[in-house]
Amino acid sequence: MLQRLEHLLGTEDLTREQISFILDQAAPFQEFQKHPLKKLATLRGKTVALAFFENSTRTRISFATAAARLGADTMNLQAESSSVKKGESLLDTIRTLEAMRPDGLVIRHSSSGASQLIADRLGMPVVNAGDGTHEHPTQALLDALTIRDRQGKLDGLNLTILGDILHSRVARSNIFLLSKFGARITLCGPSMWVPRELESLAPNVRRVSRIEDALAGADAIIVLRVQTERLHEPAIAAEEYILGYQLTQSRLKLANPEALVLHPGPMIRGLEIDPAVADGPQSCVLDQVTNGLAIRMALLYHLVGGAAVETPAPKDQKKDSPKD
Amino acid sequence: MLLIKNGRVLDPATGEDSTQDVLLAGDRIEKIAAGISAPDAEVFDAKGLIVAPGFIDLHCHLREPGQEMSETIETGTRSAARGGFTAVCCMPNTQPVNDNASITRGIVERALKVGGVRVWPIGAASVGSKGEALAEIAAMKNAGIVAVSDDGKPVATARLMRQVMDYCSTLDLPVIDHCEDPSLFAGGVMREGPRSVRLGLKGIPAQSESICAGRDVELAGLTRARLHIAHMSTTGALEYVRYAKKNGLKVTCEVTPHHFTLTDEDVKYDTNYKMNPPLASGADRDALIAGLVDGTVDAIATDHAPHHPASKDVEFDRAPFGITGFETALALGLTELVHTGKMKLMRLVELFTTGPARVLGMERKIATGQVADLTIFSAKQQWTYHVADSPSKSRNTPFDGRAFSGVAAATIVAGRIIGKQ
Repeated sequence: MLQRLEHLLGTEDLTREQISFILDQAAPFQEFQKHPLKKLATLRGKTVALAFFENSTRTRISFATAAARLGADTMNLQAESSSVKKGESLLDTIRTLEAMRPDGLVIRHSSSGASQLIADRLGMPVVNAGDGTHEHPTQALLDALTIRDRQGKLDGLNLTILGDILHSRVARSNIFLLSKFGARITLCGPSMWVPRELESLAPNVRRVSRIEDALAGADAIIVLRVQTERLHEPAIAAEEYILGYQLTQSRLKLANPEALVLHPGPMIRGLEIDPAVADGPQSCVLDQVTNGLAIRMALLYHLVGGAAVETPAPKDQKKDSPKD
Repeated sequence: MLLIKNGRVLDPATGEDSTQDVLLAGDRIEKIAAGISAPDAEVFDAKGLIVAPGFIDLHCHLREPGQEMSETIETGTRSAARGGFTAVCCMPNTQPVNDNASITRGIVERALKVGGVRVWPIGAASVGSKGEALAEIAAMKNAGIVAVSDDGKPVATARLMRQVMDYCSTLDLPVIDHCEDPSLFAGGVMREGPRSVRLGLKGIPAQSESICAGRDVELAGLTRARLHIAHMSTTGALEYVRYAKKNGLKVTCEVTPHHFTLTDEDVKYDTNYKMNPPLASGADRDALIAGLVDGTVDAIATDHAPHHPASKDVEFDRAPFGITGFETALALGLTELVHTGKMKLMRLVELFTTGPARVLGMERKIATGQVADLTIFSAKQQWTYHVADSPSKSRNTPFDGRAFSGVAAATIVAGRIIGKQ
């Protein structure tokens, strides 16, 4: 049964059918990005609140552009200009936004679980644009769309994720999502960033210490940004990281010949990734950005479009039971 | 005079377990026998109920002075009375910190005025609990403290801990430590493990507690002082206590009801699951229960830590640590330990009565001439906890709406019923 989405808080609780549905819905929006006139009237009169409590450029612009191309208006809240600095609680800030009657809310916040806290209290759809070190579901969806486009399928993938997995919401969302499609997932990075508990996130997740072993047989590689500003934790020297874990051209040759290279950005060339790999034929980095727009348009269309949008149920499955 | 009729008198101090009447006169126990006749006495019918020595809670936060928005001595002790506690030990992390005799006296006097549950303050080990200089411990002892602690944080350094222990051993006061290694704790919000990794919440390794417990046990060996480890949550710390007891050291410890009931797998993005020490792994929880059963653990203590709803209604990593606990402690013990067949009822009663009394160097017994502090409870009454009905000012509990078997029926302090269901 295809459950209609109320919110998008993470990929952990999405079903395989829901994920495929979102990816299918995104396909026409991928085509749409090539039109000379990029404006629809689908969400005309609707307002999407963008509440970004953490610095973000690409994700915020992507959501704002997606909303604009659907014809929706946006309300922007950024931490710097908000009352958060004056000591207002998250719930009070959000209630203030809610009183301006937006039709949906996109939230990024540095606390894991912040989007859940909001969704539990608000009577409108909430999209998690990244909560702490928990999930970043739209990133995983756009990664899945990119992989499915390039490889023609999503099933049975050999996926390798490189870097600081422990603190990565992108990694969690990708692990939850792709494992539902039978992916075999290999994690590799400095061991304090790849604790053994990660293997319990999903079936077929394993840790490998040497990058050469991690890359062997990979169909897709997600390179994570190395965050040098990790709070509370002793740093690792950049040179050490490059020596052990940088995705170089010679290391990439160990993966399958057609292996895709993905990076959620912002990318630090020369640190986690060799510039030649970032710009090489296997790199999907710019496709990811374009696909991000398509995924976010599909989601806003689905979630904010509300009752106006018909949810097609797969032919061989039962109709949704009514929800209240 | 108060006559308690036909109760099942259960006393861990003597091993007594039989149906008796108990007659109280003034603030003392007058007589224990079957079929007592006392025409002038008020009668409490305890048929089907258990009559136990008065429950003692070694660890709570009453928030007065300074944080009355969360709790006061009056509201906290009313909540304690409802839970069956006749005496509670309040931690010194008030505002200001209870690190001198005038604050101690203020707490004691306030508690006498609001009447009811006995309040036995715990004094700070160091000035302002800052971990630098020794607090005025002897003066606080004269004013009524029963132990010292810098609870909320560990006694900062091994050197200071040694001094506190040396000094307290001359005063014959137990030193209670909140065991934690701040450098390992490092901003964590729950126990490090599969669940913290899944939720993306910063983990605190179990070793944060056990390393500090190891330090303290070593220092108890050095100083021969009385050491009590607060709210113990890890197998490692439990093993240090076992070692200490085996070697004749004066080391005791307590476990909270939430640590023997819940595990880190229960944690969700609900700040009522955020406490310090954090909920332990399943293996640690099972080890704690084994320790409660086999005698390694001396007491069940609530760590009742009220926080005003506004402070808990925030993002998980921003919320303060702690949950309330007076009203659910006995019910959790009965439901989770006794009715599951893990523990005898007598042992549970011991963990609430003679166990904590021994930690404080006191006697607690149902005998003629003893102070008439008694807890009367039903071991099997079915009920559901509704925090909205709590006399506490705070609502931060993960047990709201939970069904229990067993509840306090009457709390008697100095011969007077102060709490009744």
